[in-house]
Amino acid sequence: MDPEDLKYSKEHEWVRMNGNIAEVGVTVFAQESLGDVVFVDLPEAGTDVAQFAKFGEIESVKAVSDLFSPVGGKIVEVNAAATDSPEVVNEEPYGTGWLIKVELADASQLDELMDSATYQATLE
Amino acid sequence: MSDESQEQILKKTVLHSTHVESNAKMVPFGGWDMPVQYADGIIAEISAVRNVAGIFDVSHMGRLEFEGEGAESFLSSFLSANLPALKIGRGKYNFICNEDGGIIDDAMVYRTGDQSFLLVINAGNADIDMEWINPLVAKSKGFTMKIVTNETAMIAIQGPKAVEIIDTLSNDEASSIRRFRIGSATVAGISATLARTGYTGEDGFEIIVAADQGEKLWNVLRDAGAIESGLGSRDVLRLEAGLPLHGNDLSTETNPFEAGFGRFAYFEAPNSIAGAALKRISETESGRALVGFKMTGRGIPRSGLNIHESNSSNIDESNIIGGVTSGTHSPTVDGGIGMGYVEQKYSATGTKIIIDVRGRPVEAEIVDMPFYKRS
Repeated sequence: MDPEDLKYSKEHEWVRMNGNIAEVGVTVFAQESLGDVVFVDLPEAGTDVAQFAKFGEIESVKAVSDLFSPVGGKIVEVNAAATDSPEVVNEEPYGTGWLIKVELADASQLDELMDSATYQATLE
Repeated sequence: MSDESQEQILKKTVLHSTHVESNAKMVPFGGWDMPVQYADGIIAEISAVRNVAGIFDVSHMGRLEFEGEGAESFLSSFLSANLPALKIGRGKYNFICNEDGGIIDDAMVYRTGDQSFLLVINAGNADIDMEWINPLVAKSKGFTMKIVTNETAMIAIQGPKAVEIIDTLSNDEASSIRRFRIGSATVAGISATLARTGYTGEDGFEIIVAADQGEKLWNVLRDAGAIESGLGSRDVLRLEAGLPLHGNDLSTETNPFEAGFGRFAYFEAPNSIAGAALKRISETESGRALVGFKMTGRGIPRSGLNIHESNSSNIDESNIIGGVTSGTHSPTVDGGIGMGYVEQKYSATGTKIIIDVRGRPVEAEIVDMPFYKRS
């Protein structure tokens, strides 16, 4: 299920910390609810994003959903694989389907997020 | 993600439990609880229908039988089909229009006998259609009307292998029914009415059987290799095929001529309610036209988005030239496609337009429909 080393938001995004760089993506629950992902719109690297603010859009055949960043800071990298081949978000939401990397403005933001067990409980 | 569940009691087709057992994602549609997709997803279903065959539960669509010497005249009063010219065993796409020529619904009408007809209407419009039809029934005579929606099931099988599959199950009876015709056959031991029509741009049949035979037929078709397909793929398939959806591309605010379907708007029946209006509209140049367009920039068009003139530096209210009525990502053409109404002078094929995708201007170009044509 959802990896235990990640943090989760109630908007169904996840964070993987590497030093002070937060890798961000959507959860299995999110991609399964969306269905086949056919379009991902992400900002340019270098853009600032606030915690829980909209940073992009993800679209399935039928629906459009906003993407909300679980952490705030400067976006240092965006995943071209996700915009070029959106199906990677369905295939490997916790791996090659990651979306953005954020240089964390303030590590205490992570306290606002859930661990995998707490996140799992919100889905039931 | 928004929760669109409603408080109203949703109707269930006789195949409802079959869909649930197949792990379909169920959604409310037109008052019914219907499968929007099965486990493999919309794109896999689209591919199955384009390359092999898919099956769709279309039992929610309204089915009405009319019989008697007065049936042809009665139906001519509110359908835009030339019924005296419709031969036995043939079907015709047509419209139910109001006195102003506005489209209440689009429908298929079939002549199943000298004095008998089958009318198939949209599920979501069934109540509105009946509010329109019932007072007319009360004023007419010489026929009986029977609503058979609940006592029958209807399954569409669509795709390049569809006819072959039905032929195998019917001792080759089915393929003798040609395109846009209707006939009877025994399919896997089940007596069925087969219309060689559909809503996907593929060859195939819409098969009507007794309600208690619906599940058996569904399982036989699935075992024969047809892939279970839901409303999600059906909506993409119909858009790829350039087929309009009432409620999106057609409404009482639009008429058949500006929608580009004037050839299905026969108005010369002497008792036609919409006849005078449709005749007048047919003789007037309309201010707008329903067009198909393909995205040339990055973005997916969606119903309700504004269409702007292409040479405008900013997208604002002053350069709106129309609106998107249907849009999606098409896996078959690999890009964003849509339909919408634009002012007549922007409707020519090749015209460049801009779609306002939630504040982001994205380039598109008007193209001929269908977006997909079977080979």
